[in-house]
Order: sequence, then structure tokens, then C-alpha cells
Amino acid sequence: MLAVLVSLLVTPILVSSRASNVREGWTFVAATAKFLIVLSMLPTILKGTEIVYTVVEFLPGAAIKFRVDALGMLFAIVSSSLWIVTSAYSIGYMRGLKEHSQTRYFCFFAFALSSTIGVAFSANLLTLYLFYEMLSLATYPLVTHHQDLEARSSGRKYLLYIMGTSIGLALPAMLICYNLAGTLEFSKQGFLAGTASKPLLGLLLFMLIFGFAKAAIMPLHAWLPAAMVAPTPVSALLHAVAVVKVGVFSVVRVLTGVFGTNLLLSLDFSPFIIFVASVTILVGSFIALTQDNLKRLLAFSTIAQLSYIVLGVGLLSPKGMIGGIVHIAMHAFGKITLFFCAGAIFVATGKKNISEMIGIGRRMPVTMAAFFIAALSITGVPPCGGFLSKWYLVLGSLEAHQIAILVVLLFSSLLNACYFMPIVYKAFFCRPEEAMFKNTVQEAPLFCVVPLVVTALISIILLFYPQPFFRLASMMVHSITGT
Amino acid sequence: MSQHYPTLLVTVPLLAAFIISAAGWINKRLCFPFAVATLTVAAYSCVGLLFRVLHEGVVHYRLGGWPPPWGIAYYVDQLNGLVLSVISVSALINLIASKRSIEREFPEKIGPFYTLYVLFVTGMLGITVTGDAFNLYVLLEIGSLTGYALIAMGDKDRAPLASLNYLYMGTIGACFYLLGVGYLYIVTGSLNMVDIASILPGLYQSKAVMTAFIICMVGMWIKMAFFPLHGWLPNAYTFAPSASSSLIAPLMTKVMIYVMIRFILTVFTPKFAFSTLAVSDSVVWLAVIAIVMGAIFALAQRDLKKMLTYIIVAEVGYMVGGAWLGNRAGMTGAILHIVNDALMTLCAFLVVGNIVYKVKGYSFEDLKGLFSKMPFTMGAFVIGALSIIGVPPTCGFFSKWYLISGAIQASHYGFVVALLFSSLVNVVLFFRIIEIGYYEPFGDHHGHDHHPEPMAEAPLSMLVPLFIVAAGLVLVGLYTGDIVNHIIQFVIPKGLL
Repeated sequence: MLAVLVSLLVTPILVSSRASNVREGWTFVAATAKFLIVLSMLPTILKGTEIVYTVVEFLPGAAIKFRVDALGMLFAIVSSSLWIVTSAYSIGYMRGLKEHSQTRYFCFFAFALSSTIGVAFSANLLTLYLFYEMLSLATYPLVTHHQDLEARSSGRKYLLYIMGTSIGLALPAMLICYNLAGTLEFSKQGFLAGTASKPLLGLLLFMLIFGFAKAAIMPLHAWLPAAMVAPTPVSALLHAVAVVKVGVFSVVRVLTGVFGTNLLLSLDFSPFIIFVASVTILVGSFIALTQDNLKRLLAFSTIAQLSYIVLGVGLLSPKGMIGGIVHIAMHAFGKITLFFCAGAIFVATGKKNISEMIGIGRRMPVTMAAFFIAALSITGVPPCGGFLSKWYLVLGSLEAHQIAILVVLLFSSLLNACYFMPIVYKAFFCRPEEAMFKNTVQEAPLFCVVPLVVTALISIILLFYPQPFFRLASMMVHSITGT
Repeated sequence: MSQHYPTLLVTVPLLAAFIISAAGWINKRLCFPFAVATLTVAAYSCVGLLFRVLHEGVVHYRLGGWPPPWGIAYYVDQLNGLVLSVISVSALINLIASKRSIEREFPEKIGPFYTLYVLFVTGMLGITVTGDAFNLYVLLEIGSLTGYALIAMGDKDRAPLASLNYLYMGTIGACFYLLGVGYLYIVTGSLNMVDIASILPGLYQSKAVMTAFIICMVGMWIKMAFFPLHGWLPNAYTFAPSASSSLIAPLMTKVMIYVMIRFILTVFTPKFAFSTLAVSDSVVWLAVIAIVMGAIFALAQRDLKKMLTYIIVAEVGYMVGGAWLGNRAGMTGAILHIVNDALMTLCAFLVVGNIVYKVKGYSFEDLKGLFSKMPFTMGAFVIGALSIIGVPPTCGFFSKWYLISGAIQASHYGFVVALLFSSLVNVVLFFRIIEIGYYEPFGDHHGHDHHPEPMAEAPLSMLVPLFIVAAGLVLVGLYTGDIVNHIIQFVIPKGLL
């Protein structure tokens, strides 16, 4: 359980250290320590045992309690490993742009990561809610880092959506669940079975899915593009990995741990989840097509990709669930690369819009090559990891006899290609007179470039070596289905 | 010594108040150490008493050895112990925190101020510890009269009027209470709470008893500023000096909630209050209105202190509603919220005290750039705000949890919605303040050349107590389970499900 605390403990050290090198040194120490702690638990989890630790119990069945299982493990590995990479990238980005209040920035980053791991290892809905709220609050100063008018209005939107739904929908739903079942503990087949009538359960499902608005399921997605005013490393880690994935992770926990697949199947709620997710996928992709600001495009792409995960789990078929859960990891590595690239371009040239990036590939070949790889991964084309998760999602939709979903998935991949490939094409292939950049433009600082190359390479490696994530995902699914 | 705690905690401050007053004539600097020593003794006896109650159960104490119903008798149970500890500890913390602001705001009246301060605490502690309904009235008046004086020492133009208004309303409230106690005395011939409780069961159908109960309740509602009887509170607390408002705001309303719960649980029975009278549903609806209106009025304010006073009005609605839901979870939430709200309000008003000390104002205009100017104070403010909003793991979340739970069990969905609505409004209220402190004055586009104002933090003697309270908010939150299992559980009669 040290994993949660490590980055929390390092915060005071960060505050006290005035010298920037010392501060960032500690960030690395904390990030690495956290990653190693998470990894050290992996063998135990792979053996099939779970690690349980109760902090304080304030009501029977509703304690602050951690439990490390396969699903939480997968998410923790992804987010803690990417924290290391992002820390390196942050140094390059923040120093490259001479941003203000860097100490505050690193502090809240550490705080946000603690909460993320806290969510990953929550054993019950209450603990999950606690860390979910902590994460919302820790990321608020990060999103609004620039402290200008635009940041304020985005910050408002961010809080309105995230806290409005969590207090307005998730909290009462949680209380109703507690009063119905007398417990909030996640269990293999949920704890709600047989406690209430179908309409009430339907209402609870609705409240819980939309209550965790970090999952950005439409129509509660608007905070995500708005939050793109944040510095790019924040967008990268938090809005492609930690924050949004916490939302999706919470939804997955609700579906599997609170309701349970059998209950959802018997009540026939699956079509509702699938419908909402499909709409989000398609509409998100279409909006992404119309965007010129690169980070906003990535935001809408994220919205669509998140719903892949919800869709996969919502299919309730084993292969679909595996695909959805693995997609947490695959999408994380791909999308973080894309954000890193967008940030690197901004650091090197100051450009944010796609229409101003013609010919950029000639000046920043490494960055754009990584962009290309990551775009392939998100689209779901070999040789990238994204291919595997999409493959499983397709299999899952066949397994669940949902041909319409198959069409949605394939059509969405097409759309992904439509909005990513022109960027890459224009970056490399253009007539010399079209190119918008002088020869003086160079790659971003090394601290920016190395992380994005690393994550792009991991995206490729994941195609050939996806076993750890698949092992974890299938363990999770098997423990549910019992096969 | 320890068996005399119940009387020590009233008599020591009462006598000390005179000594402080006398000391003020000799040398003003003597007053502060005397006051601190007095309240330390009081806090020590309160906490000691709480632990004794926890180990030995209800403590009986007869003043001067006279048996009730003639003599004054104290019955100290877990609820008394809990509320006493909260009162004495928060009064002590506030005393230390406000030393500097007292010296700054009225250097010539230090002696009288500390005297009144200690007398006020005496009144609050006495109300909480006494087991005698009439005695309670006397102590209530001690607390209230000193309260009026403490408030009138504030803003020269507006505080006297606000205090006068409070005096009128407060006196009416106290009269109502006294009238109710008079009826009870006529019917039962006793003023001792336990004695009354043993006589009443045969008389619950009596019109006089019902009238007595209702009149007492109305009196308490005026004193605790239960909407729409809240009119005196906002101005009185806003224009009071910082040290007084951070003393009175956390304690007065909460103590009155305690008295209300004591009447419902001990003097009368929950069955009488919730079933025989059949008004509990209407009272909860009144609480719903209190919460909603408190939130809306708070939204309309343009200065921090007044906004906080309307939040108190809403919080009073929380507790009254929770207590009148008529089930265990609601009552637990209400009692828990007495503790939590006292701490939250203390935290928020101490922050206001620090801001006033450095910036000399508390309107929204004065808050600009405070996060760079006073980062530590604002850090504590954020914790207090989160607790009032109800974000775990701060204590505000857990009492809200019990309150909402109780409302769901009682199928009172209006109250559920009101609590959630108020939480959401609190998010808006506090993040509006945070936005002003954090963004304004606006720098240029990316804030690269944003030169934050240099740090000008309040002195350490104000910051340390503030941090203790802020840490307390989280600790009380984490120990909610223990508080409920070891204290509150015993307070609520077994019949109440």
C-alpha cells in the first residue's frame, strides 16, 4: 500500500526544495519507487492472490480499504510507468517554455498520481469515490496552470462537469446502493443482485455511469476539450491516461464489481451501455474530423477511444471484456505519444493548429515518425499494440452476436485514419514552397523527444509482447465468468 | 479532583472571568495568560470528563451534595462529553489564534474582552453540562448577553445595531424557552431534566405538555437561527470583530442544536417528538427550505464573511433536518455534524481572521491574489471549503453521508435533494472565492511575466492554530467510525431505529 503513499509523501519535499534540479530529482525518485512497488506486487497478483489492506473502517462494509487485483494492477502499471516518462517530458516542456510556478506543478502532479493509484487499488466504491474526488481537485490547479481568463473558464467547466456529476449523481447512487445492499465492497458478481427492482437498478446504473463523468461519455464530454488549455504534459498524462482512464476504470468497476455481469445480462442492460458507447465513438470521431487545433483533435479522439473500453466491457462477452480492458493500456501508450508530439511541436515552433504544420515532418522527423506510429496504434493497424485490443473487441462483438457493433468499430477505425493520416501526410509530403518552416526550426529539447520515442517504441513492442496485460485482463475476466 | 470535573469546568472559568477583569486594571498583558490558563483547565476537564464517560458510562454529579430535584444535578453522558470537548477545545484554539487581532482591533479594551470571552465560554459549557432546565436558561442568558457585547465591539457603525437586533431576537427566543420550561414546571413540578423525563410519560396527551415542547422548540430555533428565524445571524456575525465571530459562530448555533437534541432524546422521548406530535415531517421540510434558502442567500453575497454566515444558516438546516428525520442514521448525522460543523466554521472564520489581519477587508475585492500572498492561510481555507462541500476524507463528507443515509431510510427525498443541492452550491461558492484568489489580478496571456505579489503571511501564532483545526478536519473525518461507535451510538436510545 506504500504505492499510494510514496508520491504523497514526496510532496512536502517538493515544496521545500527550492532548487529545480533537486525538485525534479525527487520526482524521479518517487516515480521510480512507485513503479517498482507496483511491479513488486505483480508476481503475487499473477499467482492469483489478492493483496488486501484496510486503512480505517467507518461503517460496516464501507471502509477506506485497498485491494490489489488484476484489473487494478493493469491500470496501476500503466499509469505509474507513464509517470516516469511524463516527468522527464515535463522537465523538457516546462523549462523549454519557462513556465511559472513549476514547484506547484510538480507537487500537484505527484498528488494526482497518488490518487490515480488509489483509484486503481480501491476495494470498494467509497474508497474509489474518495480518490476520484481527490484526483479532480488535484488536477484543477494543473488544468488551470496558466491562470488566465481562458484557464478560468475551462477550470469552471472542468469542475462543473466533474464535481457536479460526482456529487449530484455518483454520491446519491452510492448511498442508495449502500442502503440497499449494506455494503459497497466490489465483488466478483457485484453486490446488487436481488436487492432492488429493475427500474431502480436501471436508474442506479444510469447515475453511476454518468456520475463518473471523467469517462467522458457523451453528453458529458465537453470538459475534456476545454481542459486542453492545460500545459501539454498535463494533457498527456492526465487527459489521455490518468484522469480519463480513472473515469473509465470506475465505470468498468461499476459494471463488473457493483452490478456484475450476470445481473446486467439478466436485466438486459447491455444494449443501453453499448448504445451510449457507440454513439460516443461515432460522434466523437466525427467531431475530431472537424478540428484544426491539434490538442482538441486529440481530445475528441480520446473521447471516442474511451468509449471503446466501455463498449468492450458493456458487450459482456469474455473476449470483448478482455479487449476493452487491454485497450486501457494500448490507448494509453498511443495517446500519450500523440500528446507528447503535439507538445514537442509547440515547444519547438509555438504552433498549435494542424493547418500551420505543413512540412513539419522534415524539420522534426523523429517527432513526426513517433506521431505516425502512435496514430497507427490508435487506428488499430499492425505493427502496433492498438491492433490487438481492437482485434479482441471485434471478436467480442462477434461473440455477442452484435453485427452492428462490428460495423461501428470498423467504421470508427476508418474515421481514425481519416483524421490522423492527413496530418502525417502533410507533415512529410509537400512541395518545398508549401513548407511552412524555415531550416532553423529543430527538434524539441532532448527531454521532450526521448520520452515520446520511448512511448512510441513501447506501442510497437506491445504488439509482440502483450502478455502481461493480456494475462491480467484474462485473469480478471476469468475470475468473473469462472471459466 | 477528577470527580469534580463537571463543576470545575463551569466554576473555574466563571471565577476566572472576575480575576481577568481585575487583572485588566493592573496590567493588560496579564489578561491573555490568565485566559489561556483558564480555558486550558476547562479544556482539560472537558476532555478528561469525556474519557471518564467513555470508560465508566454516565457520570452523576450533585452540586454541593444536594439530591435532585432540589439541588442542582449534573448527568454527564457521552453527548455532553463530546460537545463539551468541542466547545472548550475550539474556544482555546481560537483564543490563541486571535491574540494578535484582538491587540490590533481594540487595544484599549483587552481586559473587558477577555473577561467577556471567558464568560461566554462559561455559558456555553454550562448549557452543555447542566441537567436542569431552568439552570440552562440562566446559563443561556450568560452566554447570550456576553455574546451581544462581544459582537457590539466590532465595526463601529454597524455592529451595535446588528448586536441590538440580535439582542431583541435572542431575548424573545430565550423568553419562549423559559415559557416552555414554565409550562413543564406547572405540569410536572420539577425542573430537573431526568426528573421531568420520569414524570412525563403519563402526560404525553396533555395539551400543556405539547405546548411546552413546541414553545421550547421555537425558542431554540430562534437561538440557533433556523430559517426563517435566522434574521439576526448574518449581520451580527459579519460585523463582529474577527475574534468574536470565530468564537461565537462555531459554538452558539451548535450548542443550541445540542439543547434541541437533548430535549428530544432525554427530556421528552423520540417517540413523543416524532410520533405523538406528528410534526416531524413538516420540520424536515422546514429544514429543506432552510438549506435551500441559506444556499441561495449565500450565493447572493459579495463578501466572504457574510457568505459564510449564510452557509451557517444552511448548516443549521442540515442538523435540524437530520435530527427530525426520526431515525438512527439521521440523528447520528446531526450529532456528528455538531462536531464537524463547529470545526469547519472555526476553520473558515479563522481564515477570515487571518485575511482581515493582513488585508484589512473581507469583500471579494480584497481577496485578489491571495493565493500568492497568503498561500498557507488559503491552503487551510481550501481544506475547510472541501469539508463544507463534503469531499472525503474530510469530516464534512461523513456527516453528510449519515444525513443522506437517514433521509433515504426515511424516504424523505426532498431532504436528499436539498443536501445535494447545497453541496453543489457550496462548490460554486467556494470555487468562486478560490478563483478570485487564484487568478486575479490577471497577468498577461500565459502568465510568463506574471509577477505574483510577494508573500505576506499572517504571523505564526495565527497560522499554527489554523493548521491544527485544518488537520483536525481530516483526522475527525478518518476517525468518524470511532466517534460513532464509541460515543454517538450510546447517546441514541435503542428504540430509535
